Amino acid sequence: MKYALYTGCVAKGAGRENLVATYLACEKLGIELVEMTDAACCGAGVINEDNPMVADIMNARTFSLAEAQGLDIMNICTTCQGVHRKAQRKLEGKPDHMARVNDELERDTGRRYKGEVKVKHFYEVLLNDYGLEKLKEKVVNPLSGLKLGAFYGCYATRPPEVNDLENPDDPDELENLIEALGATPIRYDERLKCCGFPIAMVNKKNSMQLGGNAIVSAKEAGADAMVTPCPLCHLNLDAYQPDMESRVGRKLDMPILHIPQLVAMALGVSKEAVRLQTHIVRPTGLLAS
Amino acid sequence: MASKVTMRIQRFDPAVDKEPHDQDFEIELPAGITILKALNKVRAEKDPTLALRYSCGSAICGSCALKVNGHARLACKTQVSDCTIDGVMRVGPIGNLKILRDLVVDMDPFLESLGKVKPYLEAGNGSVPELERTQRPEEFLQIDPSTTCILCAACYSDCNVLAVDENFFGPATLAKAHRFIFDSRDVDTPERMRAISAKTGVWDCTHCGECSTRCPTETKPLERIEEIRTKAMADGFHGNAGARHALGFRETVGKRGILDENYLPARSMGFFNIPGLLSLVPIGLRMMMRGKNPPLIPHKIDKVDEVKKTFARFEELRK
Ligand code: SF4
Ligand code: SF4
Ligand code: FES
Repeated sequence: MKYALYTGCVAKGAGRENLVATYLACEKLGIELVEMTDAACCGAGVINEDNPMVADIMNARTFSLAEAQGLDIMNICTTCQGVHRKAQRKLEGKPDHMARVNDELERDTGRRYKGEVKVKHFYEVLLNDYGLEKLKEKVVNPLSGLKLGAFYGCYATRPPEVNDLENPDDPDELENLIEALGATPIRYDERLKCCGFPIAMVNKKNSMQLGGNAIVSAKEAGADAMVTPCPLCHLNLDAYQPDMESRVGRKLDMPILHIPQLVAMALGVSKEAVRLQTHIVRPTGLLAS
Repeated sequence: MASKVTMRIQRFDPAVDKEPHDQDFEIELPAGITILKALNKVRAEKDPTLALRYSCGSAICGSCALKVNGHARLACKTQVSDCTIDGVMRVGPIGNLKILRDLVVDMDPFLESLGKVKPYLEAGNGSVPELERTQRPEEFLQIDPSTTCILCAACYSDCNVLAVDENFFGPATLAKAHRFIFDSRDVDTPERMRAISAKTGVWDCTHCGECSTRCPTETKPLERIEEIRTKAMADGFHGNAGARHALGFRETVGKRGILDENYLPARSMGFFNIPGLLSLVPIGLRMMMRGKNPPLIPHKIDKVDEVKKTFARFEELRK
């Protein structure tokens, strides 16, 4: 198995542990990755609002780069994943628009997007391409005793047309993955809510309340830690957790893990190697043994 | 084929109950029945005191929105068979509004929020046409989606931001704003854009996508919000943190192909907003202590010239 790895910006910046853990997990699984060092930011839905045409060209450019390699794209961020899928759906649904985007793209890069590449998130690769049964066989360090609340965030579930979840209103996919790694999934009310990251710099009060509520919800349902497929959710829920604590008026102490970290650890990689120590909320005590 | 379904309905009688509670009704339902018809069957056969709102039964009046298994839907547009999980379907009132009784909520805050955006045409004081004020079909297409809103409040119910801030415009209200901002006959567009860009306004939406996912019509508020923001950026309404955040993306991605996470927060705050900039210090230090701060010399992607060429035509590519 081989994929073009689209890192996204955060895994190159404030969330480098997500990229490190992805490489370690994929190495254990025998998944080959070719990093797309030439791909640009997906725009995170922001460039799309500033200038939809530019955003579409940038994303078509990314797809064309993967097509030139003959590989499908693997994302490690649900925001990138959602933005990519939305862009693909828009282009596929509007042939005239696709032609115009391709003309502009060709003018700047000499390439066109053919509409062949598939984009998948790491967890979708595990669930649909690799298979949970095969993954289970590779688990050497089952995360038994750990109660984990999956935090899906927005892009993994909405809009439902652009994700592969069987039941986006009440999904099981991440819980199944948690179970396959030997841990106990905890379902809680706010697992499909917004973490607040998109407005962290626009309306901090609301952002902190959204994230704080999500963590409180997971905590009250008995989660030892939360795990998310989105590094932006991670950034908000982890790095801003002290601010969220002031907002909701209680101590939270909730470690937030990236999915690749969890997978790598279950496959025998140490918690230091996946850089749990770089998290703001240190998962002390968690996985002590 | 009829089947037995457990309808778990949230009940609340303000005269008796302190808190809402669930009540199960086991009921035989014919195939293809809508939730609205099923609820009326519960009233007819089990409990006539069950309170709910509805009128048209045809997804037109917008009065029957409910939460089904935790998400807002129109009762008259949704089949029971699509919503039963292991023979059980949960039904409750829509969210973010006060429950009056059982499935009936106080719609006033929702309706009042529409008033914040002057939900009527400002045709100006010019000459009054003899017949009607006409539009060309392509002009109408711009507002076609946002005119289809039936004011059901499904979006209001599930909006993540409204759940934490009742002062947020809300999705339906922003869609209503869109309906007049993009109306070729309205003379008030600049003023409407100014009002909606004041403070963080239209930028307070966190993009959770609930509104468009729950909306039973083509209104799809999030898409309309995106269109308003695109117009705000194009027309130069840049004086708020949301627009500056978008400019930060444009400026860094256009130069390096990748976001500069050190630049973006300061850009969003505004470079002359000293208290705002100071408020970034604790998080910056926190990240630095863990070695998590983004690299001080930002990366560049390979083949960045391709990206620069595209961004060089930024204004032209607005169409
Ligand atoms: S996308 Fe924005 S307006 Fe729509 S429900 Fe979410 S926060 Fe509310
Ligand atoms: S925008 Fe859609 S969900 Fe919201 S009130 Fe209008 S029709 Fe209902
Ligand atoms: S009863 Fe009118 S919309 Fe459902």
